[in-house]
Amino acid sequence: MNFPIEVNNKTILARRGETILEALERNGIKVPTLCHMPGLNPTGSCRMCVVEVEGKRNLITACSYPVEEWMKIKTHSPRVVNARKTNVELLLSNHPDDCLYCERNGNCELQLFAEQLNVRERRFIGKKNKYKTDPSGSSIVRDPAKCIVCGRCVRTCDEIVGVSTLGFIGRGNQTIIGPSFNKQLNLSSCIACGQCIMACPTGALHEKRHSGDLQNALHNNKTHVVAQYSSTIAISLGEEFNLKPGREINGILNAALRKAGFDKVFDTTFGADLYLIQLAAEFEQRLNEGGRLPLFSSDCPAWIKFLEQWHSDMIPYISTCKSPQQMLGSIINRYYADTYHIKTEDLYTVSAMPCTAKKFEAQREQLTHKGISDVDAVLTTRELAQFIKLNGIELQQNDPELADYPFHIRSSAGKLMSVAGGQTEALIRTLYFRLTGNELKQPRINQMRVQKDYKEVKIKMGKYTLGFAAVNSIALAHKLIEEIKAGRDDLHFIEVMVCPGGCINGGGQPIRKGSNAIKIRQKSVYDLDENDPIPVAHKNPGIIGLYTDFLISPDSTIARDLLHTSYKKREVPL
Amino acid sequence: MTETIVAPPKEIVDYLLYSRHGSTNAMMEDYLNRLRRDKVDRPVIFVGMGTCGIVAGAANTLTSVKNYLNEKNINAEVVEVGCIGLCAHEPIVDIQLPGKRRLALSRVKGEMVENMLDNVLNYEVPTYNVLGQYSHTSQEAWEGVTHLGDLPFFRLQHRLVLKNCGVIDPSSLEEYLAHGGYGALERVLRNYAPSKVCDIVEESGLRGRGGGGFNTGRKWKIALNAPGDEKYMVCNGDESDPGAFMDRAIVEGDPHRLIEGLAIAAYAINSGKAFIYIRAEYAVAVERLRHALEQATQAGILGYNIMNSGFNLSIQVREGAGAFVCGEETALISSIEGKRGMPGPKPPFPATRGLFGRPTVVNNVETLVNIPPIIDNGPDWFAGIGTEKSKGTKVFALAGNITNTGLVEVNMGTTLKTLVYTIGGGIKNGKNLKAIQFGGPSGSCLPEKSLDVSIDYESLTEAGTIMGSGGLVVMDEDTCMVDIVKFFTDFLQQASCGKCIPCREGSRRLHEILENITRRPVNESGHETLERFKGVLQLENLAEVMRDTSLCGLGQTAPNPLLSALKHFREEFEEHIFDRKCRAGVCKDLRVFAIDVEKCTGCTICARKCPTMAIIGAPRTPHFIIEDKCIGCGICFDVCKFVAVIIK
Repeated sequence: MNFPIEVNNKTILARRGETILEALERNGIKVPTLCHMPGLNPTGSCRMCVVEVEGKRNLITACSYPVEEWMKIKTHSPRVVNARKTNVELLLSNHPDDCLYCERNGNCELQLFAEQLNVRERRFIGKKNKYKTDPSGSSIVRDPAKCIVCGRCVRTCDEIVGVSTLGFIGRGNQTIIGPSFNKQLNLSSCIACGQCIMACPTGALHEKRHSGDLQNALHNNKTHVVAQYSSTIAISLGEEFNLKPGREINGILNAALRKAGFDKVFDTTFGADLYLIQLAAEFEQRLNEGGRLPLFSSDCPAWIKFLEQWHSDMIPYISTCKSPQQMLGSIINRYYADTYHIKTEDLYTVSAMPCTAKKFEAQREQLTHKGISDVDAVLTTRELAQFIKLNGIELQQNDPELADYPFHIRSSAGKLMSVAGGQTEALIRTLYFRLTGNELKQPRINQMRVQKDYKEVKIKMGKYTLGFAAVNSIALAHKLIEEIKAGRDDLHFIEVMVCPGGCINGGGQPIRKGSNAIKIRQKSVYDLDENDPIPVAHKNPGIIGLYTDFLISPDSTIARDLLHTSYKKREVPL
Repeated sequence: MTETIVAPPKEIVDYLLYSRHGSTNAMMEDYLNRLRRDKVDRPVIFVGMGTCGIVAGAANTLTSVKNYLNEKNINAEVVEVGCIGLCAHEPIVDIQLPGKRRLALSRVKGEMVENMLDNVLNYEVPTYNVLGQYSHTSQEAWEGVTHLGDLPFFRLQHRLVLKNCGVIDPSSLEEYLAHGGYGALERVLRNYAPSKVCDIVEESGLRGRGGGGFNTGRKWKIALNAPGDEKYMVCNGDESDPGAFMDRAIVEGDPHRLIEGLAIAAYAINSGKAFIYIRAEYAVAVERLRHALEQATQAGILGYNIMNSGFNLSIQVREGAGAFVCGEETALISSIEGKRGMPGPKPPFPATRGLFGRPTVVNNVETLVNIPPIIDNGPDWFAGIGTEKSKGTKVFALAGNITNTGLVEVNMGTTLKTLVYTIGGGIKNGKNLKAIQFGGPSGSCLPEKSLDVSIDYESLTEAGTIMGSGGLVVMDEDTCMVDIVKFFTDFLQQASCGKCIPCREGSRRLHEILENITRRPVNESGHETLERFKGVLQLENLAEVMRDTSLCGLGQTAPNPLLSALKHFREEFEEHIFDRKCRAGVCKDLRVFAIDVEKCTGCTICARKCPTMAIIGAPRTPHFIIEDKCIGCGICFDVCKFVAVIIK
């Protein structure tokens, strides 16, 4: 039901039950927000969205106040603007004045506010809190000095991701945000998903840089530098270069990386296809031999860490398959290096991922070979973009090129791994073929494409009716595990993705607040799948060739040795 | 009180609860008279064991009393009671001898007990430390002893809420019952529908005593009418204003009355579960409260099917860890839920969505204690007390430079002058009044000229302060207003929960600005002076924005002490800023000393002790202080034996 309210002396239509902010936004009136997170209950902590409402003694927050008929609102009166400006100045008075040295220089909400509100003078001068950065985490660096305590990371960690690692510590102006007991990140329950980085308005949280010695490696003639980049990156990287969101730029990315000096450029989607083959084989084996089911997906390192620390008794249920990044890493190290006579010590493998947890994964003890990691450096999408800019490469001016042989062909099923539910869909395609010998008539599984955190589908394959679930939230995964422990047995495969929407919204992706990039990226993945000549992983000629030449079969000793891993219980304060 | 709690036998409870409806029983009536102390067979000695009494040495007194009785083999009853409000006179010991009225003695230290009891037990009035006597009509009066009611401290009080405090034994359910306790609950459960109870309370005009002043009955109605099958009633006992101790004294002195009020409130909003949120620091209060709850539950006054009415109620005590902000209702609710005590935005108000997302009413201790007499005497009776818009009485904790520090209760509409000068006994040591701080750290200061203000919600708001929860700090002429404001600002910046920007960052900057004007520059560089003035220029704007945009009451009212002091004592601020002078001599950094040439004997001690060698002079000739070198530490002032060093 609509009713008129007065805003800035004009009448607009508001809907019953919505907040002032929603009414204003729908009518094209912009009010700055900081702590506001669409979809979550307002906390009203930042006071940036305050507006003046006639009859109210104080300014009120538009994000939390329901709109009412009698309201006469002023969104930009001198009183309101002064209040917003003063609050931003107060934040700045306790902020290190080092924008030029900051990770988020140019992409910082605080900076933007200071600019929009025309802050040109240090009006409040006083003590600033002094904190050390916490570089202990394998993926995420925490810099409490830059934290403005908006609480977005806390709510993300708690309400969206569901691990509640971050929380408020201390009181008053000594309040900081950190892991329990203010421990270091590497000792905490942090699963390194990086969603907190995506939520952070300032540079208080950022990824741990791996790009440091990359430049040296590239310019060292002895070192053979190999790049592998995630299927997701090809879709999202363009946004960092103001290309149309959702545009797949595999081709020009290959060219750009070669220009930057990489000796070989591979597409990790090949690794994804390999992962799908191995996963399907493992599943079939467990099914036939009465192994532990349901089988949990193992490509999301954040999910793996969660399980290792919260439900270590469920470790036997996780697939032993390495993730696509690590599978390709092993193959490069053992197969590619041997074939091309490259010494392992001369090989430097760089992977570009939309994910911060992949940095953690690359350092897992179980994923090293003779003490050396299969992947030497992991860059996030943001780091990759910066790397390309650093090397003076105009991305758009490259002509598309193919990725390097022998890992240059991919299926669209591998590509689907980027979106939540996509892995299940891709697995079903290959599994159906393995169990029945026929291809699925309709490879598109619509149940896996709905916008929900929990998706489920039951499919008849030969003599089996199998249950597949895709969970896109740790909280729901937690609940599901409890159900399974309590005896639920209708599910056979469970895909878990930590980041909302899957890897397309990973913690290493471009930070674009309030854009609908996620939906566009998702659509792009599905569009690619629509008319792809190779819609299933087992039809990828590169994969077939790899098995013929090297791996022999998914359960050969060499495949087991190179493509599978193990997990162990972790003791962290929860 | 650690022994197993035993409720009185059921027949006694039943008789006490229901006797007013049925036949009387002579034996029971006799028992009742004894409980009411209308008749005693042996001496009864009451020791004031509130926290204030214990701090003053009441535990020692109590032991001495017991030892005395043991040694002399005297058959007497010893009762531990709460505080009657005259905290300055603690430890207070009352003695009631058979046939005589109850005699109150003040400041009875342990070592005085023997002498005192020797006198009193022989029916002799001691010559000193006699406070007065109670006014039982049935008993014989002590000669030459004032009635407590005639003392200036009590004469103008109207003790409605504090009626039982310090008088009855807080650990005895029977005594509370004998004084008519739980009668209101019984009547409510038997006669009234919940909506009727809300009506009665609304008609009485009772307003929240926690500071907000919202009509209590109306608040209940909102919760009663809010959709939801489960509702919660919460009592807010998280009293944390410096200098406020109303709730503590009530819970310590009369815990059953709070439980009764809470039970009625729970019934009125259809809630089967109530919480009492109380500070863990109030150890005595928490212990007495738990004891009383256990007694009431055992006696069937709480629990399942209370008094056969079909109404069930369980009350849980939740101890707060001492965060000031948890007195704010949404923060308190978070704290009960087990989360960090941080306030949330309102709306939604707790009455529609509160504890665990359900409709919740949060009432202050004093508000709830007012409920039983309203039910007993009817809304019109209550509405007849006080002013047109502020009904009933209000309890105040008098603290600071006032003669009678303590707990008092006056009718709404009483003037500040009566409160401070008649009841409070004026300013300590014959000094002059400077300011009265109302409503805790986030209240504001009223100057001497506001003494004629009537104490009610509207008049106080008009005078520029708030009722607050009832803390009242009196300050004399030796107080520096800038220093006081600095103290409160410091308190608030530490108490801030850290959630919203204006409160978290603003309170610190406010405090820093005040610190800057109460100290000398560390070095007289132009930069530092500039920063100081910049701060002063921002002071009012900052205070304004904090009031305008803070999330909860704490931040919104945090600038109140400053704004009110600026309004009434602006010249003192200007002196600090422009002349770097503190007229009260409180701001140490700003003190400038001089030597009185007439008095100085040239003993050289000051020159030898001065840390900055700012004092010069030859031995046996008057010395001088070089002002530029003086850092105002005051060592010379302290060491001079001839009072020759003076504050300029």
